[in-house]
Amino acid sequence: MYKAKIIITYRKSVLDPQGKTVENSLHSLGFSLISNTRMGKYIEYIIDTEDKNEAENIVEETCKKLLANPVMEDYSYKLEKVEQKKNV
Amino acid sequence: MSKAKVGIVVFPGSNCDHDVFNVCKNILNLDTKFLWHKQGSIEDRNIVVLPGGFSYGDYLRCGAISRFSNIMQDIVRFANKGGIVLGICNGFQILCETGLLPGALIKNENLKFICKSVPLTVENNKSIFTYLYDIKENIELPIAHGEGNYYCDEDTLTELIASNQIIFRYSENPNGSIYNIAGIQNKNRNVLGMMPHPERASETLLGNDAGLRLFKGIAESVL
Repeated sequence: MYKAKIIITYRKSVLDPQGKTVENSLHSLGFSLISNTRMGKYIEYIIDTEDKNEAENIVEETCKKLLANPVMEDYSYKLEKVEQKKNV
Repeated sequence: MSKAKVGIVVFPGSNCDHDVFNVCKNILNLDTKFLWHKQGSIEDRNIVVLPGGFSYGDYLRCGAISRFSNIMQDIVRFANKGGIVLGICNGFQILCETGLLPGALIKNENLKFICKSVPLTVENNKSIFTYLYDIKENIELPIAHGEGNYYCDEDTLTELIASNQIIFRYSENPNGSIYNIAGIQNKNRNVLGMMPHPERASETLLGNDAGLRLFKGIAESVL
């Protein structure tokens, strides 16, 4: 089985008002070295397959169809192999 | 009597459906009914309204989940063959997610939910939605949204302007929308999405009836 860890953020060309506000706050706390703050979403799920290619295809398809909106968002992801959990 | 048959789609979380119903049924006396999102067809309706609200709690992105509701397939089919579709607020977001309208609606620039009456300009009155307004007419309509900041890329904006798809613009930009866009129609001019709420401004008793002509216009355009 694979665990997909997906991160979705506004595309670089889109102004991210939440990221901007968080960054202003960080600056006012004195963290003046910080820039390019972006805020996004984190989604994870388990895929019941041992085939990494299949897992990748599923992640790509779910991101394109539902999880991210390509008009305004980018996505990136990692796949981790995980042990099958016993049903409790 | 108008031949308009209005169908108002109800999603879990829609909350302006009854306001639209009131305008269509009680003020304009149109044949009006609700369409539950789980049904597969819009039945015999010739005008479809996607009302405002928070369908599916705005989970993931506004309109992202509603797009996959049963009824949406039939609405896309209806729209593609020229049927009249009006999306208000959350309805506009759903139309963008569905791809019936270009662009997307992102979080307001000031991060606040804005609920107030705002001045608008009718940018194009050669549309089935706005032919009862004057060109460049200034009207006021209420907005109530947290994600009404219209975004599209440069090429799309150029195209929207060139093909007169921009119907309403804010006189003062409340939410950061590109080019002050408040409402757009599709290329085929039968689908309109707008963030302001015409249904909340359709009775003088409530202080403003600037939105009524929009509903009247589409109802009378059905022959």
